[in-house]
Amino acid sequence: MSLSVETGARPRRALLPRVPGEWLVLAGLVLFVGALSILPLARLVQAALFPGGTFDAARIAEVLGGRRVAEATVNTIWISCAATALATVMGTLAALLAGLTDLRGRTLWVFCFVLPLMIPPQVTALAWVQAFSPTSPLLGPLGLSLPPGMRHPLYSAWGIVLLLGFCNAPLVFLSVRAGLRRLPADLVEAAQAAGAGPLALSRDIVLPLVRGAVFAGAALAFVSSIGNFGIQAMLGIPARVPTLITLIYRRLNAYGPSALNDMALMALMLAGLTVVGMGLTGWLGRRGDQRVEGAARRLRLPLGRWHGPVGLLAWGYLVACLLLPLSALLGTALVRGYGQPLGPDTITFENFANALFHHEGIRKAFLTSLWLTALAVAVLVPVSVALGYVLSWRSGPVARLLQLASELAYALPGIIIGVAMILFFLRPMPLIGTSLYGTVWVILAAYLANYLALALRPNLGGYAQIDRALDEAGQVAGAGLIARLRDIVLPSLAPAAAASAILVFMSAINEIQTSVLLVSSRAQTIGPTIIFLDEAGSSTLAAAVGCLMVAVVLGLMLASLAFGSRLPEGVLPWRD
Amino acid sequence: MSAIDIQNLGKSFGRTEVLGGVSLAVGAGEFVAILGPSGCGKTTLLRLLAGFERPDAGSIRMGGRLVSGPGVHLPPEGRGVGVVFQTYALWPHMSVAGNVSYGLKVGGMGRAPREARTRAVLETVGLGEMAARRPADLSGGQRQRVALARCLAMEARVVLLDEPLANLDVHLRDTLEAEFADFHRRSGATMVYVTHDQAEALALADRVAVMEAGRIVQFAPPERLFREPACAMVAGFIGDGRVVEVTDLAPLGDGRAEARLLGAPVRLRCDPGERPRPRARIALHPGDLRLTEGEGVPATVTRATFRGHHLRAELAAGPDGGVSLCLNVAAPARIERGQRVTVALTDGWVLPDPSLSSLPTQGL
Repeated sequence: MSLSVETGARPRRALLPRVPGEWLVLAGLVLFVGALSILPLARLVQAALFPGGTFDAARIAEVLGGRRVAEATVNTIWISCAATALATVMGTLAALLAGLTDLRGRTLWVFCFVLPLMIPPQVTALAWVQAFSPTSPLLGPLGLSLPPGMRHPLYSAWGIVLLLGFCNAPLVFLSVRAGLRRLPADLVEAAQAAGAGPLALSRDIVLPLVRGAVFAGAALAFVSSIGNFGIQAMLGIPARVPTLITLIYRRLNAYGPSALNDMALMALMLAGLTVVGMGLTGWLGRRGDQRVEGAARRLRLPLGRWHGPVGLLAWGYLVACLLLPLSALLGTALVRGYGQPLGPDTITFENFANALFHHEGIRKAFLTSLWLTALAVAVLVPVSVALGYVLSWRSGPVARLLQLASELAYALPGIIIGVAMILFFLRPMPLIGTSLYGTVWVILAAYLANYLALALRPNLGGYAQIDRALDEAGQVAGAGLIARLRDIVLPSLAPAAAASAILVFMSAINEIQTSVLLVSSRAQTIGPTIIFLDEAGSSTLAAAVGCLMVAVVLGLMLASLAFGSRLPEGVLPWRD
Repeated sequence: MSAIDIQNLGKSFGRTEVLGGVSLAVGAGEFVAILGPSGCGKTTLLRLLAGFERPDAGSIRMGGRLVSGPGVHLPPEGRGVGVVFQTYALWPHMSVAGNVSYGLKVGGMGRAPREARTRAVLETVGLGEMAARRPADLSGGQRQRVALARCLAMEARVVLLDEPLANLDVHLRDTLEAEFADFHRRSGATMVYVTHDQAEALALADRVAVMEAGRIVQFAPPERLFREPACAMVAGFIGDGRVVEVTDLAPLGDGRAEARLLGAPVRLRCDPGERPRPRARIALHPGDLRLTEGEGVPATVTRATFRGHHLRAELAAGPDGGVSLCLNVAAPARIERGQRVTVALTDGWVLPDPSLSSLPTQGL
């Protein structure tokens, strides 16, 4: 080069083509997803349909045709559908309110509305049950608590529907809100110019245009309802309302691994119901043309003189559905025995002290959950960053298959993954020679399979915000894939990767659906502990643990808001 | 030996063919512009050269070495080309010096020589003071210089530029255009510059490859593109050209020809091998026509626009006004819509007969 720069030699370039880093990364991803998602699910299908190596239709009919199974199936279907309908109505109304109006205190309202999504469902169930107990600091003094001995109204199929609907309304809310954000404001303004009032506007313009988002949210709510173990178990088992999930759980507890093949069959049926439900809602949402063009611009319709009544309704909902149960949970955690009224002379911190320091089982379960979760985060964040890279910038059939498999593992009820993991890890592992069944490692494998898709989502959003030329410039500079991920991608992707770490952490630390099947005397996690404590009659201790879990969730949510402004919109669901 | 030798390159995305049968040889140290309307495949050609995409057919050699071909694909990391991206693609989390030295760092160069070279390169582009700044703190022009310095530091023998001026305002463009020319002169690198702006291409390049619908329709020096377009597309794309039909084309054998434009006799330039034809198409530029009091083509002014130092007059000629011409009239002048004028042709180029078209590429 005829340039006046004469320092050093040319940068070293490999004479041979380098080891193609992209292929190594892709092979690693295939191995990861294959071993943790695809193979266990394939093993589940095999155990369900070909237990002895042959297909036996008579056995399948016998297992699925039993009276209990039929009853549980019918319950599962109608409870999930009813809960989905409830969640869809509540979530859509909430999204319209938060997305289109200038509701006062909107940021806080959104944060609180989304909160139930983050609270472990078993804690929610416990809190609602406590809401009507004499300990409730709100209903108790008003004399509205249930008289002792009366059957609790939530211990019923409708109680399950109510709670599932309440817990999953945020899923619909998030989907519809995202749809509203894509909606060009001028479409709405054109309707206003044509003389449409707020109701006509919502009914004729906004709702038809976000229909796809409503149904997408409904699909999520359905999947989440059908697979929600915490609420179905906490309310359904005492109420003797069997559902497929609780039936699998109880039979597996009663008969152990000998019942595995039959349980695999039931799990497969549950998976089938899930997929059918998703497909149906997806199909409903896709009908009709909803393509919108034009730049999205945020729209705020003034509530005007409706500020008072609408605000009262919106905040009243949160008080009734969130504050009431959570305060009752806290109340229960603060008294010595269940049923005692909360007062200056009954208040005690003994339960918290027990939960935190004295109860061996709780402490061990908490520590196990903590390090399992930390490990899952440490593995999933880099894997999802790499997978996100492949999906965003190198898409191909292999990458799409990996995404599909991870999405499937995430969408299927956790209990199915649990059964699949037991089946897959029951046999002695090659190389190690012993079975991993009953150890924490199976739980870790289940977490990794389950949450890959969850970890992936924020990263995909993050990649969409990065100019791909930045990576290509790195390639031109001679950097291999690993170096580029480390030096170029990760610094820009850091907020999204952190968000994915937080989402995985919050989900895994409270996880119950898979771990409830996989826990053993050797390996306990904190999620199912509440159910075990409650079943054993230690309601006050269970309430204290529940309060602590809510506190952890709240702390993480608030901490994440600190860097929320650097994230793509919608990555942190609780941020408006 | 050519710095870049492209043979029969083809690329499709799905069922859409974006490049087909592209062949191009670029000499060492040459500045070549790839010019074409959006969607013509010029950016795809650049991305194939850089190695971001794999061709479906054909081959690419750089400095004699096969980098893309059947069964061969050298990834961008191994090609040693420099790329100046449209957005410049400066890494926002690294300082200016970090951006410039990153390639040296991953190339394994030690810290001391790396820093020395980075400093020297930044001095060369006049950014010595800015080494510690972040890209976000730089102006558009400074960012471009960092992008160029990055290529300079890597001693890239081939520098690919992807519409680097497309997002900038007109004033900055002139300055930055000059910097590209300056960079080219100092570095001696082979440069391939993709643009949709003919002014940029004509001003900067030694040779321009004009692309349309995934093919190169002409590859020639700027003057030749202007004076001797190979086809109607090039004629219309470069320099406000118009294509009109003439009759009774009679070549004189020395690169000149006579013909009739709307009945009036005209003298034209043509290829020395041109044959007599009853009908032919010619390329005209606004400067090839002038108003005359004598013999010529009668026309009506359909539109007159003020362009500063001249007036641009759009004319309709022919029996039903179906032939549109345009010419420049030096200002100040009075020329109005509806006015009847007579124009004479001072120059014109006979487009080669498309049915006989040979290879569109022409040497220097």
